[in-house]
Amino acid sequence: MNAAAAVARTHREQWAWIVATLTKRFGDLDIAEEAAADAFATAVEKWPADGVPPNPGAWLTTTATRKAIDRIRREGKRDDKQRESLMLHDDTPPEPTGAIDDERLRLFFTCCHPALAPESRVALTLRMVGGLTVPEIARAFLVRETAMEQRITRAKAKIKANRIPYRVPAAEDLPVRLSGVLAVLFLVFNEGYLATGPGTDPVRRELTGEAIRLTRLIRALMPGDGEVAGLLALMLLTEARHTARVSAGGELVTLTDQDRGAWDTALIAEGHRLVRERLATGEAPGRYQVLAAINAVHTSARDVRDTDWSQIVALYDQLVRLDPSPIVALNRAVAVAELDGPDVALAAVDRLSGKLAGYHAFHATRADLLRRLGRGPEARAAYDQAITLAGNTAETAYLTRRRDQLATR
Amino acid sequence: MRFFVSVIHDKANSGTPEEMAAIDAFNETLVAGGHWVFAGGLAGPDTATVIDGRDGPALFTDGPFVETKEFVAGFWVWEAPDLDVALKLAAAGSQACNRRLEVRPFL
Repeated sequence: MNAAAAVARTHREQWAWIVATLTKRFGDLDIAEEAAADAFATAVEKWPADGVPPNPGAWLTTTATRKAIDRIRREGKRDDKQRESLMLHDDTPPEPTGAIDDERLRLFFTCCHPALAPESRVALTLRMVGGLTVPEIARAFLVRETAMEQRITRAKAKIKANRIPYRVPAAEDLPVRLSGVLAVLFLVFNEGYLATGPGTDPVRRELTGEAIRLTRLIRALMPGDGEVAGLLALMLLTEARHTARVSAGGELVTLTDQDRGAWDTALIAEGHRLVRERLATGEAPGRYQVLAAINAVHTSARDVRDTDWSQIVALYDQLVRLDPSPIVALNRAVAVAELDGPDVALAAVDRLSGKLAGYHAFHATRADLLRRLGRGPEARAAYDQAITLAGNTAETAYLTRRRDQLATR
Repeated sequence: MRFFVSVIHDKANSGTPEEMAAIDAFNETLVAGGHWVFAGGLAGPDTATVIDGRDGPALFTDGPFVETKEFVAGFWVWEAPDLDVALKLAAAGSQACNRRLEVRPFL
């Protein structure tokens, strides 16, 4: 393997571990992050000439540790007794796997602490666990680089000022805290899958890919958790459809019209395996597991006409009990339209008008149902509202064409 | 480390007997857990005076330094090892006094 590829691979596989190890030792996210970045910069410089070291991860950890100590000395923090004692430690040999995994879990939970704003949790997780650079994260969320830098800096300062603990939460707090971590990962994935910017690609694979990579990591760290498995399955089954989802002309293709031959069979197989694995446990599923099961039913149908809509509606009924939000009710109505007809679905959708009036998918769903019921003028008005509210370029293109087709009839 | 915990409300000295009893009970758990440092209720913002002595003779102004509907109606000072402990106490404290709380660390 050449040096550049070795650096890239080590970065992908070991960044979180190096940052976590340094954070534990120095008790400071800032120092850990900067030292890890310095160490990788040194590797980029040295490995092409000196060759790739036999244990790249250990080489980088040792180098990063030296950089951190240099920085603490440089900044004259020697009066800080805690840091002083940490600096006196010998270079600790690589720890056994169990303890390493524990380190990365701590990093996840610290970055997703509930006292941080949700957008800060996303940014911090992508930086500290994902190893994305600040400019990369800023580009991903269409924020200026300086603003993103400030957001991350502020989050790290809050962690330090409040002594937000660097640990995996106690068993009693774990479910709530883990759901926060999963929410961050799902947010990253969704922003990639239905990108909201007018100037961005409709699907941002760098974001969906990163979300899947981090979810795989947390799955490796918490293999027994059903919701972690459910979220990973949900992401894989969604990602499997990405190439069929946007037409060559940049228009959104709905599930009904997608070329199913273009779906990624490997991702679907892996997603189905996870869903079956969860079903086999017999444990009551959470939200992500039910969403994954719904997607498993969709992706099991070779042709849209073979879709088992009654099973999908039954799964949505289960989801409504877990998450009685109007958005879940809206998605249930879409499935009901296939099972009981668009008139039944429209009645259910119209009951949500008070809560979802500002949500583009509400108007898009109404527009489609009204179109199918032959209520042209009302459908056109609903398309207009959906177009005004939609942020995704491919979706806007699709809705506009649908509306204009109505106009020419 | 110490945390300053503000009780946020739109009325001063408005605790009901039930709330006062719940606060007393909560305070006892604070003392028992070694978290208690200090606490007090504050009179309303209409009793405040702002003093500005930055440019020579002090200037006294009647009223609070910032006009808002909600204000700091009281406060605690807690001793806690980290934010997670403080947040757990704050969740119980908010329930006891039936008010929102703000937690901030001392420097």
